[in-house]
Amino acid sequence: MIKRRADVAIIGAGPAGIAAAIKAKLLGLETVLIENRDILGGIPLQCIHPGFGIHYFKEDLTGCEFIQRLIDRMYSVGVDLILNAYVHSIEFNSYIEKRVNVITPNGVYKIDTKTIIYATGARERHLFELNIFGDRPDGVYTAGEAQTLMDLYGILPGENIVIIGSGDVGLIMARRFALEGANVKAVIEIMPYPGGLIRNIVQCLRDFNIPLYLSHTVTDIIGSKRVESVKVAKVDENLRPIKSTEFEIPCDTIVIAAGLIPNIELLEKIGVAMDPKTRGPIVNEFLETSIPGIFVAGNALVINDLVDYAAEQGEIAAEGAKIYIENSGIPTKSWIKMTLGRNIRFVVPHYISGERDVILYARVQKPENNVYLSIANLKIKMYSVRPAEMVRIKIPAKTITENHYVTVPVEVIPT
Amino acid sequence: MSNNEIELICIICPIGCSIKVYKVLDNIKIEGALCPRGVNYARQEILDPKRIVMSVVKVKNGDLPVVSVKTDVPIPKKCINEIMRLTALIEVEAPIKIGQVIVKDVCGANLIATREVKKNS
Ligand code: SF4
Repeated sequence: MIKRRADVAIIGAGPAGIAAAIKAKLLGLETVLIENRDILGGIPLQCIHPGFGIHYFKEDLTGCEFIQRLIDRMYSVGVDLILNAYVHSIEFNSYIEKRVNVITPNGVYKIDTKTIIYATGARERHLFELNIFGDRPDGVYTAGEAQTLMDLYGILPGENIVIIGSGDVGLIMARRFALEGANVKAVIEIMPYPGGLIRNIVQCLRDFNIPLYLSHTVTDIIGSKRVESVKVAKVDENLRPIKSTEFEIPCDTIVIAAGLIPNIELLEKIGVAMDPKTRGPIVNEFLETSIPGIFVAGNALVINDLVDYAAEQGEIAAEGAKIYIENSGIPTKSWIKMTLGRNIRFVVPHYISGERDVILYARVQKPENNVYLSIANLKIKMYSVRPAEMVRIKIPAKTITENHYVTVPVEVIPT
Repeated sequence: MSNNEIELICIICPIGCSIKVYKVLDNIKIEGALCPRGVNYARQEILDPKRIVMSVVKVKNGDLPVVSVKTDVPIPKKCINEIMRLTALIEVEAPIKIGQVIVKDVCGANLIATREVKKNS
C-alpha cells in the first residue's frame, strides 16, 4: 500500500481534469491527477475533427491537437500523475480530510486529500435506453465506438449506415462515413429539432446530402447475424410512433448517437445530491457538490457541447479548491437558489452567493426566436435559442446583491 | 426561379440565420443575414465554398495503425474527393509528430498530421 498526501486529488485526465490540474498547480496546490487509462487525454484523443479550443486557445484545433497542447502545458507546470489507476472508492472523513482509494498495477494507493475534483466525463446512451425493439444482430455501434474504430484503428464499421439520434458525435461520424466512401442512408431524430450544433448539421449532413428525418424513430431492427434493415416511423406529439407511417431502410450498420450521460457512480455512492435534469451533481458557483470539498467539472457535471466549457469548469473547480483550503470551506453568507422558469431545462450552477461574478450554463427546452434570457433583473436579448446550443453567460455579482434576491429566476421571455 | 434560389444556414455564430441567396444572371442578392459576417459567409459559400478536410492515413511501424490528418487551410469543396483518394493510398513511416507535413501542396493546402504516432517498440 502506498500513502500519499495532496491538497487536491483530481479524478479523470480528460480536458476538464487536465485543465483543473494545471490551474490547481499554478495556484500553488499540491495536485495529484488520477487517470484510469494508460494514456492522458480522454475523449478528444479520438476526435480528428476541428471545433476544439476556439475559446481556450483562441484557435480552431482538432480534438487530438487540442488535447496534446493541453497535455504539453500540463507537463510544463509539472503535475503528479497516476496512470492505469482504478478509483475504487472515495471516503469523506471530515471537512478537510478525504481519502481516495486507488488500485493500480503498482499497488494500492491511499491518497489523503483536502479536496477532490471529480472529472470522469460521460458515457454514451445505448440501444437499451432508447426503447428500440427487434433483433440484436452484429453491426450496432455507438457513435463513439464507430469513431474509435475508424479514427484510431482505421477500420470502417460498415457500408450502408443508419444513424439513430442527431447528437454531435453522430453528425460528425456521418461526415466521416461519407468521406470514407460509406453510404449514410439516414439520420433519425425523434425530436422535431436536431440534437447537434448547426454547423454540424450544415457541414456534416447537408454537404453530403444525408437525409435527416426529424420527428421519426426506429421501431424495429431486423437481421439474424448482421443488421439487414431498420423500420422507421413518424412520431406523434407524445413521441409515440404512428404505425401507418412505417417504412423500411435496408442497411448493414446502425450507429447510435443519442447523447451522453454523466459518469457519477462514485459520487452517488457517497450520497452527493443529483439534479434529475442534468443527471449530474447539484453544485454551487465553484462547482462544489453537496459534500463539502468535493468538486465536479466537465461532462461529469453537465453535458457540454464545447470542450472549452469543460476546461473552463475544471479551472473554476480548481479555484474553488484553493479558496476552500484557505478558508476550510467556501465562505459565503448564504446560498441563493437558481430557479427554472419558462423554457429553461436546466441551469448550472444551482446555487450562487451573489458575492462574486459567476458563469452560468443553461439549456432551453425548445427552440425559440427573438427572446430575452432573463436572470434576476438582467435581460439579455437573444435572436435564437436552441436545445442543442448551451447558453453560457457571465453574471456580475452586483446583479444579485443590489436587489437582495432570495432566489434567482432564470427564464426565456418572448419579446 | 427556384433554380436560382439557394437556402443556406449561416454557421458563423450560434444564431444560425436562414439566409436566402438569389442568383440573377451575374448578380447575387442575399437576404436574411442578421449581420455582415453572414453576408460574407453566404457569398463565399455560393462563389467558392471551402472546407477543412480530415481523415486518417496508414502508418508503418507505429504504435497505432493510422494517423489522423487534416488540410492546414480550407480547400475548395470540389477537391474533397481528390484529397480522400490520396489519403486512402498513402502510407507513412512512424514516428510522426503533430503538425508534420504528410503531403505537400495538394489542392492549395498541405496535409498535416494531427496526432502523434510513436514507433512500435
Ligand atoms: S448572419 Fe450574423 S448573426 Fe446571423 S448567424 Fe451569421 S454571423 Fe450570426
